[in-house]
Amino acid sequence: MNLEGLEMVAVLVVLALFVKVLEQFGLFEPVSLEDSVEDEFELSTVCHRPEGLEQLQEQTKFTRKELQVLYRGFKNECPSGIVNEENFKQIYSQFFPQGDSSTYATFLFNAFDTNHDGSVSFEDFVAGLSVILRGTTDDRLNWAFNLYDLNKDGCITKEEMLDIMKSIYDMMGKYTYPALREEAPREHVESFFQKMDRNKDGVVTIEEFIESCQKDENIMRSMQLFDNVI
Amino acid sequence: MAAGVAAWLPFARAAAIGWMPVANCPMPLAPADKNKRQDELIVLNVSGRRFQTWRTTLERYPDTLLGSTEKEFFFNEDTKEYFFDRDPEVFRCVLNFYRTGKLHYPRYECISAYDDELAFYGILPEIIGDCCYEEYKDRKRENAERLMDDNDSENNQESMPSLSFRQTMWRAFENPHTSTLALVFYYVTGFFIAVSVITNVVETVPCGTVPGSKELPCGERYSVAFFCLDTACVMIFTVEYLLRLFAAPSRYRFIRSVMSIIDVVAIMPYYIGLVMTNNEDVSGAFVTLRVFRVFRIFKFSRHSQGLRILGYTLKSCASELGFLLFSLTMAIIIFATVMFYAEKGSSASKFTSIPASFWYTIVTMTTLGYGDMVPKTIAGKIFGSICSLSGVLVIALPVPVIVSNFSRIYHQNQRADKRRAQKKARLARIRVAKTGSSNAYLHSKRNGLLNEALELMGTPEEEHMGKTTSLIESQHHHLLHCLEKTTNHEFIDEQMFEQNCMESSMQNYPSTRSPSLSSHPGLTTTCCSRRSKKTTHLPNSNLPATRLRSMQELSTIHIQGSEQPSLTTSRSSLNLKADDGLRPNCKTSQITTAIISIPTPPALTPEGEGRPPPASPGSNTNVPAVASNVVKVSAL
Repeated sequence: MNLEGLEMVAVLVVLALFVKVLEQFGLFEPVSLEDSVEDEFELSTVCHRPEGLEQLQEQTKFTRKELQVLYRGFKNECPSGIVNEENFKQIYSQFFPQGDSSTYATFLFNAFDTNHDGSVSFEDFVAGLSVILRGTTDDRLNWAFNLYDLNKDGCITKEEMLDIMKSIYDMMGKYTYPALREEAPREHVESFFQKMDRNKDGVVTIEEFIESCQKDENIMRSMQLFDNVI
Repeated sequence: MAAGVAAWLPFARAAAIGWMPVANCPMPLAPADKNKRQDELIVLNVSGRRFQTWRTTLERYPDTLLGSTEKEFFFNEDTKEYFFDRDPEVFRCVLNFYRTGKLHYPRYECISAYDDELAFYGILPEIIGDCCYEEYKDRKRENAERLMDDNDSENNQESMPSLSFRQTMWRAFENPHTSTLALVFYYVTGFFIAVSVITNVVETVPCGTVPGSKELPCGERYSVAFFCLDTACVMIFTVEYLLRLFAAPSRYRFIRSVMSIIDVVAIMPYYIGLVMTNNEDVSGAFVTLRVFRVFRIFKFSRHSQGLRILGYTLKSCASELGFLLFSLTMAIIIFATVMFYAEKGSSASKFTSIPASFWYTIVTMTTLGYGDMVPKTIAGKIFGSICSLSGVLVIALPVPVIVSNFSRIYHQNQRADKRRAQKKARLARIRVAKTGSSNAYLHSKRNGLLNEALELMGTPEEEHMGKTTSLIESQHHHLLHCLEKTTNHEFIDEQMFEQNCMESSMQNYPSTRSPSLSSHPGLTTTCCSRRSKKTTHLPNSNLPATRLRSMQELSTIHIQGSEQPSLTTSRSSLNLKADDGLRPNCKTSQITTAIISIPTPPALTPEGEGRPPPASPGSNTNVPAVASNVVKVSAL
């Protein structure tokens, strides 16, 4: 680099420093490249209050005391009054330390969230529980069908069932006896469809489901388990 | 399982409805809610202040005083409340722990009082939440140090009984205040260090002229005197070093320590000078060695606390200093390059090369400005002024940085270590809780099946090993049991899993011989057929076992022949028996590893043999039967 070039550079540097000094005096406004980011409006700042006890008593089959106990537990974990999916998954995962229960928790969340607004309020929660714990066997089977039917189109396809099955097997985790194989969920789905799909059309409709379940003694008996949960 | 989430257990159990239609096996029975009492308020009277809470809130942590039946000891029948004669202020924190799951440490509270209260209520202090943990640890450390200081000063006054001579000497060296002899030694060595340093300094001062020659430094004029002084000092230092070496509890560590290296370096020049001849070439190097005598001044650090702290400061700020040096070097190189090229054109410029410009840059940046190298061109002057301005900024930073860095780094290290330890402890706790809860399930399953199997076998003298689990726990276990039934797989712990993997890979080996043996026939649709397939492949495997034994294969094959072929029993009880039959198999196979025997084929092939299943590892009657069926074929 010859002298003149370096002198030019020196002069430019001096000019740059001069501009910086002027900026300090506020004569040059620095160009702001980004706008200030507004705070995210978190879902948890919204506080949701459930309807009154009497209304809930009418809508569900729980007694007053049971509703009180349920609400206290609910409010303890979710002080804002609603559960979002993340929270739901995290609460459910505490019961299954060995496996990964997040997929199944998502399906549960979608089943509880009847109005599909992305959050489960206490009313949704209690409504779901009322069906499962205090409903008739048909109600329960209906609810289970609703859980399996991921896209809510009235029939369960093999893919949907495979997703559900995989999520259930995920909850078992890695350390099982006998060791979990890749094909286990698929085989289980095959056997399920063999049992449930009467007309062998590849999907299980609600009628087929309820009919097949009513014929199965084990399933009927296991439905009785839910009478004493709370 | 976290305490607050226990309230959601009914929901989790309800969610199991998704598994029911999918399961192929019947579900286990739910635990009966024996004492289905309504949730009640209980009153806790702590020194007159009444607290009220739900019973279930307290039962969230069953291993503490309030959560267990231990609180019944404090129940006051007359007033129907629990009375504790303790501090109500701290009790507030304790009760909040039950309510929220987080334990807080109030700052105004004395740390030892708080610790006492926590110990009384059976709560571990490690549970303290992040927000208060730092404060708690700091206070605890201060307290511990204070107690240690008190102990030390106490110990110093009393005489330690029966210390060996070597240990007393070491103590005397480290703590001059322990005895008068040590104190005398301390002062004597200090005096001689001072004398040595002063002689080193003085012997270079010009001492006046000897008539007939030029001015001489004192060292050469009074060389004998100085030599005597030097000898005396080195004698003292050598004796001191040897005594320290003798008294040190770990000589290797002592030799490696900084102070001993300084000692050695301080006295080495003298001895090297003694053994060296008056060779001219070598004496040049010898003169250099005398420089090292100045290291004797570092021996003062044993006598001065301040020097030690300074040394520690520099050592702890070493990384900061290193980074500063690096950035300075970068700046120097940049400016030197620029100045060199800027001054290249001017005639008779002193900036002959970039390294030559380094001197100018350093002198300018540190604001020394000797003036021996001065830029003459305009560009050089501009860049030179930028250099000096930036130098002010760069050089002025180190001093407060070192000072603040010392306290910052010191405390930060402590905090990071604490947090790391806490994180480790917390992760370990979470892991333990997880394995605890899964182990609790496995354990209770084993106990439950054991009890049922024992009942089936009709041995009343075996006591029931099941311990009373809380309702919540039994319900949780029932939930996990349902999941197992749904998927036809069982939960096991890690070791079992590894073992099974190893066994299955071992069992693959004989499969090359007998095609009928296939490892892991895979999941079948019914529970019964799964068990039967497991049993059927074993009799086949015994045949290659005998063949193998005679052929002395190069592997250790562990074949469990003690599978009970109880296909004739009903389906539900088969599940129970098969369950516990498998697990004790693992146990029994470990017990009988040393036995090498040929299994009697007739004993195994009949499927319908009505041998009672080897239910419990404690039942001695079955062990011999089992032992004969376990073949360990090991080869050289």
